[in-house]
Amino acid sequence: MKHIWCRAQKSFTSPFWVIAFPYSWLILFFLIPFLIVLKISFSDLKLGLPPYGSLTEWVDGGVLIIKLNLTNYGFIGTDALYLFTYLDSLLIAIIGTVACLCIGYPMAYGIAKATPSLRTVLLMMIILPFWTSFLLRVYAWIGILSPRGFLNTTLMKIGIISTPLPLLNTTFATILGITYCYLPFMILPLFASLEKIDHALVEAAYDLGARPFQAFLRVIWPLSMPGVVAGSMLVFIPAVGEFVIPELLGGSETLMVGKVIWNEFFTNRDWPVASALAVLMLILLITPIAIFQRLQERQMRFLDAE
Amino acid sequence: MQKSKKIDLEPWQDVKAKPYIHLEGVSKDFSGSPAVDDVTLSIFQGEFFSLLGPSGCGKTTLLRMLAGFEMPSQGKIYIDGVDMTRRPAYDRPVNMMFQSYALFPHMTVEQNISFGLKQERLPKAEIRERVKDVLKLVQMEKYEKRYPHQLSGGQRQRVALARSLVKRPKLLLLDEPLAALDKRLREQTQFELVGIQEKVGITFIMVTHDQEEAMTMSTRLGVMDHGRLRQIGTPNEVYEYPHSEYVADFIGSMNKFEGRVIEDETDHVLVESEEANCELYVSHAGDAPLGSQVKVAIRPEKIMITTIEPEQKRNTTKGIVKDIGYLGDVSIYHVELSSGKIVLATQPNIVRLAERPVTWDDEVYLFWRAENSIVLTT
Repeated sequence: MKHIWCRAQKSFTSPFWVIAFPYSWLILFFLIPFLIVLKISFSDLKLGLPPYGSLTEWVDGGVLIIKLNLTNYGFIGTDALYLFTYLDSLLIAIIGTVACLCIGYPMAYGIAKATPSLRTVLLMMIILPFWTSFLLRVYAWIGILSPRGFLNTTLMKIGIISTPLPLLNTTFATILGITYCYLPFMILPLFASLEKIDHALVEAAYDLGARPFQAFLRVIWPLSMPGVVAGSMLVFIPAVGEFVIPELLGGSETLMVGKVIWNEFFTNRDWPVASALAVLMLILLITPIAIFQRLQERQMRFLDAE
Repeated sequence: MQKSKKIDLEPWQDVKAKPYIHLEGVSKDFSGSPAVDDVTLSIFQGEFFSLLGPSGCGKTTLLRMLAGFEMPSQGKIYIDGVDMTRRPAYDRPVNMMFQSYALFPHMTVEQNISFGLKQERLPKAEIRERVKDVLKLVQMEKYEKRYPHQLSGGQRQRVALARSLVKRPKLLLLDEPLAALDKRLREQTQFELVGIQEKVGITFIMVTHDQEEAMTMSTRLGVMDHGRLRQIGTPNEVYEYPHSEYVADFIGSMNKFEGRVIEDETDHVLVESEEANCELYVSHAGDAPLGSQVKVAIRPEKIMITTIEPEQKRNTTKGIVKDIGYLGDVSIYHVELSSGKIVLATQPNIVRLAERPVTWDDEVYLFWRAENSIVLTT
């Protein structure tokens, strides 16, 4: 007995335990809830609590009937609204991700190049907004973008415009909100990979005749690719399913998957269709991301080997 | 490895020779303190020049100013007659081989080497040709498709050299090029590097803290200390006739005796030294005024040891063997004089250890020839 305990203790730092913890976390809080959602997506709509029927049924004592209701998925296929919602969500998320990358890259580069003491301050400033509630920060944008909001009144005072611009409740506002909220998730992984780049490599590029921009394009950018990929994933994935930002800033103009799922759940109380939408979104996201990851891994192997 | 061809030419001896690389009063301050202090230096075409000094002496800063990574606070840098002082690195006909090699990890050997040529927008066929040639020069033809992490340290060093040579620069800078290699490989590579330099005919400036490396490889070397160039000369000059105590100590080891000048003639200096317990006669006079305190320096390998009293009275002293360091090819004898001074004397091991005439606690005579010692005033 003692022997076994010793072994268990010794192996506590072994790869098995190191992997076991995050995996059980994922199984408990990701896989199981997902299986429940998957189950609901195949069930019938029912009035009552819960508002969906069971997949299994016992008939004549002994026969188990498993019934998969595929009409929920079929329903989504028949209504073009859902297709457009998906496409809109993807488009908004892509634009938001690209915007985050364009704004975040120079910031991350600046932080990575700063002196160590300044770097800490700058990183703190990136993380600082997290100390305020996410909801509050999105609300603040309503104050800025609304017809009588900060931006419009300022522009009118200066005399650039005479009537307020319709900024709030637009797709533009949604993209702006997504870019603003997810920017830190882009900057931090970018900073991490930019900081690791040996400055001698950049000097070597200059030495071989590359001007600063060419050195960036041929050395810094490819070497920062792991950060670009990680940051883009961290922004893109949650942005596709984003609900709060389109709800508060997008108004009725923007339909994103998150909002449609919310409507199905709470307005229509159609849990099976809502679940089917959620499952489809997951499949839609996971496939290209998995392929992309695989390609990146192959390309990036030499960087880890360094 | 004497480069007879170049030693014979000795362009630095020729007053009319035009320097290829010329630094004039170059200084560099880092937040107030000078890293390089008023360096004036002329280097000639085809030279292999070494900057030698301990870490922090400013040699790397000087090299980085030549490369264009640092701008001098004062002074001018000319390469082939053109003022390069304010030119950025990417506009200079200068390439550098980095201490860490700085190979691009995301590129193959071939891509690393062709980087600079693609920057010049040369035709593809010519790039191909030149990459092939330079890979052949460093004997790395078989590795062009490998990534840097798939190469050994020595192979990376070759790729780094190839990458800096392929652009055919007017000046190649080498920052501790052999520091990352193990001893055996380093010695072998020293010769190869010199061979390659002679073949391509490019002027090399190398930074090193390894005096042996600087001595074997360079046509001339400059010893640096605290941002200043203390002495410039051929390895032979710097070793045999150091101008200062600093240079004498930095290159090889040196025995020094304090004393007072009692004769100062044009052909010799006579120094009376209690420390050496004899009169020291130096046959080539430096600038040593009568009565001044000086040091007389003599290399350990120039001192002879004997148990029989030699005929010469000057440059002869007596002591007891305290220690013998056996290095295989030579032995170093630590001899204590009556003044308490320890003198180092190196003797080649002509006979086997057990048969040698001098051993521990023997009373021995040390003597040397008058032309082999030098007078150091600073």
